[in-house]
Amino acid sequence: MNWEIVIGLETHAQLSTKSKIFSGAATAFGAPPNTQASAVDVALPGVLPVLNVGAVEKAIRFGIAVDATINRRSIFARKNYFYPDLPKGYQISQFEIPVVSGGRVVFRVGDEEKTVRLTRAHLEEDAGKSLHEDFHGMSGIDLNRAGTPLLEIVSEPDMRSAEEAVAYAKTLHALVRWIEICDGNMQEGSFRCDANVSVRPEGSAQLGTRREIKNLNSFRFLQQAIEYEANWQIEQLEEGNSIEQATVLFDPDNGQTRLMRTKEEAHDYRYFPDPDLLPLAIDEAWLERTRAHMPELPAARQSRFQSELALSEQDAASLVSDRDTADYFDAVLEAVDPDDSKAAAKLIANWINGELAAALNRAELDLTDSPVQATALAGLITRIMDKTLSSKLAREVFDGLWNGEGSADEIIEKRGLKQISDSGAIEKLVDEVIAANQQQVADYRGGKQKAFNSLVGQVMKASKGKANPAQVNEILKGKLDSG
Amino acid sequence: MIDTSLKQLSADLAAKKFSSVELTGAYLDRIEANDAAINAFITVDPDVSLAQARAADERIARGEAQPLTGIPVAHKDIWCAKGWRTTCGSRMLENFRSPYDAHVIQRFNEAGAVNLGKTNMDEFAMGSSNETSFFGPVRNPWDTACVPGGSSGGSAAAVAAALAPAATGTDTGGSIRQPAALCGVSGLKPTYGLVSRYGMIAFASSLDQGGPLAKSAEDLALVLDTMVGFDARDSTSLERSAEEYARMLEEPLQGLRIGLPKEYFGEGMSADVRKSVDEAIDEYRKLGATTVDVELPASELSVPAYYVIAPAEASSNLSRYDGVRYGYRAENYDDLLDMYCKTRAQGFGAEVKRRILIGTYVLSHGYYDAYYLQAQRIRRLVARDFAQAFEHCDVIMSPTSPSTAFRIGDRTADPVQMYLSDIYTIAANLAGLPGISIPCGLDGAGLPVGLQIIGNYFSEARMLNVANVYQKQTDWHLRKSPVASN
Repeated sequence: MNWEIVIGLETHAQLSTKSKIFSGAATAFGAPPNTQASAVDVALPGVLPVLNVGAVEKAIRFGIAVDATINRRSIFARKNYFYPDLPKGYQISQFEIPVVSGGRVVFRVGDEEKTVRLTRAHLEEDAGKSLHEDFHGMSGIDLNRAGTPLLEIVSEPDMRSAEEAVAYAKTLHALVRWIEICDGNMQEGSFRCDANVSVRPEGSAQLGTRREIKNLNSFRFLQQAIEYEANWQIEQLEEGNSIEQATVLFDPDNGQTRLMRTKEEAHDYRYFPDPDLLPLAIDEAWLERTRAHMPELPAARQSRFQSELALSEQDAASLVSDRDTADYFDAVLEAVDPDDSKAAAKLIANWINGELAAALNRAELDLTDSPVQATALAGLITRIMDKTLSSKLAREVFDGLWNGEGSADEIIEKRGLKQISDSGAIEKLVDEVIAANQQQVADYRGGKQKAFNSLVGQVMKASKGKANPAQVNEILKGKLDSG
Repeated sequence: MIDTSLKQLSADLAAKKFSSVELTGAYLDRIEANDAAINAFITVDPDVSLAQARAADERIARGEAQPLTGIPVAHKDIWCAKGWRTTCGSRMLENFRSPYDAHVIQRFNEAGAVNLGKTNMDEFAMGSSNETSFFGPVRNPWDTACVPGGSSGGSAAAVAAALAPAATGTDTGGSIRQPAALCGVSGLKPTYGLVSRYGMIAFASSLDQGGPLAKSAEDLALVLDTMVGFDARDSTSLERSAEEYARMLEEPLQGLRIGLPKEYFGEGMSADVRKSVDEAIDEYRKLGATTVDVELPASELSVPAYYVIAPAEASSNLSRYDGVRYGYRAENYDDLLDMYCKTRAQGFGAEVKRRILIGTYVLSHGYYDAYYLQAQRIRRLVARDFAQAFEHCDVIMSPTSPSTAFRIGDRTADPVQMYLSDIYTIAANLAGLPGISIPCGLDGAGLPVGLQIIGNYFSEARMLNVANVYQKQTDWHLRKSPVASN
């Protein structure tokens, strides 16, 4: 039997507010334990939550970005359970009415365009951390993270493979960074996924029983966990067993998922509206204000790149894969300020996606940390466009830029890399080469095309690679054919 | 100075007839001499109180006094007060010292009032007799074999025994008004949202509201001025311009329309209570008021709705007492679950546990709609009843409690009987309306009867006027309990 894998993701994006969602304590990562926990975060008797509107603002931005419904009235609810790093004994979340309903995420997997529908996105607070090492049979509790704002983004079960799930997660990851609501730092847990995985016979309309893999904090783990889990489920079904609804954990050390709790052991969270918080009301004015401050979204920018700058779909898609790259591209283009923006755009896209991407990759650097800033690359592009540099020389100049040797013009000057376009100078070189290679001249005239290429090579060599190749071609051909 | 009104105390302090240190000292002496018999206070700290009194005297000397500057006020032990032990009547918080001040405590501190001590209360404010306190029951100053009512029983008893000129309380289902009635003092529960809940240990968040207890309506007005005020730290706090609650105290009651709900005068009320309340209403007629029958048909559902909503919220509010970060933790346990179970089994008393269980049950999957949602619907009906009634009247009057103070131990075996003590007070909490209880008589055994006045939202000044004019005409509020005369 052929099996179809069905995947839905629940993604927790930590909203990049300075203070917590219900208290004034700071959210910065990495502070000494419990130094960023206020009376509210510690849940002292008598304290009350006050909603941080900055977190709501970010949820609204997300809703706009995924073309969702922003609910004008949403409700904070208490999710009740006991755990030492959950100070109040309940998490404030949204249950029946979330701030964002619906929406969709569109992305490409290979050559296919894929749309994943979103169920909802809701605001909630993060818990603290339990520290099990270093306490000799006891556990430490760090409440710095308690109360950090999260947006939980829930997708419909619209993905059919681990690849699709990863592509969706990467698109979402780029989007939340693009609209500046989350720093996307997966190592620090700012962006993490739970994957609901089930399998069913191909062609079946009914969903299989799902198991939820908790807390996947890298795209690689997401891929591995889904693959392992789907295979495990298929094996079970093929052996005649059934799947029991459960929550599982992924162990990166052995690449396997293991049971955490079954449905019977699941908590009854006893959700009810939090009486300490009023319903969250979002009026038209707030929506409009937020909409006015939205950046151009990836899809819009990609289509602008394609229609106005005639970039290929592949180039454009690659440039909008994250906001930094797209902004970098726009900055270079603006600095070059070319007469022919389409030609420049193509050249810039090639450099960003080619030479620069490779160099960053080798150095394991992000674009934001690139030693070659947009204006510096623009200087290089300008000299390619005005034919000062051949593509070979341009690469040399790029190395100079990367190593911090100054601007493109300074490097050209210092290294003497200017392309020779003075036809008198090139003519002189051509004459010398013709004089020194009579045999090859004769071969060419005898019909051997190969000899011509060899002569061009000699001229280029004599110019130390600086002669304009097109001009060399033209002058050499003229002299040989006329002589 | 012990029987003096707050206004007079304030004037005497300003005139230097006596100092705040003398006044505070006099009350501390009375507590020292009489509280062993009453048990109204959980914590008294004379050094701290007298230091505050000295600071108040200096402030008075500088001419910077406000009406409450130098006046000692006792606080229900539900308010977090920096440096003070704040127990909420529970073993769970027996040794908890708050690192911060509740908004209300901050307001009293800014006003220059003296914190006279922390008063006894039912554990986590759950109770109507003050018998659930971990620190032992409070005794009614009128008859020490009887309960003072609850949950603000310590505050009511302290005022009734003249151990404090005024006190603060909180009212979730009648916890200010019912003990005020049983102790023969005046108590006011304001409109929900007027007094910040920040730093007031939560029982049932959507019902809890702080308010004053004192000897008279006039005194209530003065204390209320200090308690009310917007607080951004409480999302349910209402942002309104300040008002002076004493501004209408003396206005004549000619034309006042008093609504009398038949549902509040039915079965279950003792004959003595009925007689005193009827006489009080007659007195109002003499003062120019008219009475009109009103209907509050959802009333009979108030108690069951309350005993779903309040425990539901409480079960969640009290989850933070888990032994992890502060408060009581069991000494011996095997693992995390065992630590939770033993800590909460040992740290909470029986009534608190009962309500946590009820609350957990009604919020559980499969029961939520039938209990919690249904109770919320009833709550809206109750509010609608009042809205319709207030189209025909200015205030609603009723007994505060169906009976006068009962004997300690009489109702502890029957929780439902105990819950019915609040049958007339609960609806105001469900609707968020303000309510006052003032003394209006004594029963055959010489125990006080309370008259409840329920007003429309934000009508506290008018309600205090209604109470004050009656008190100017009668002397029930001036009757002294035996302990107060000691």
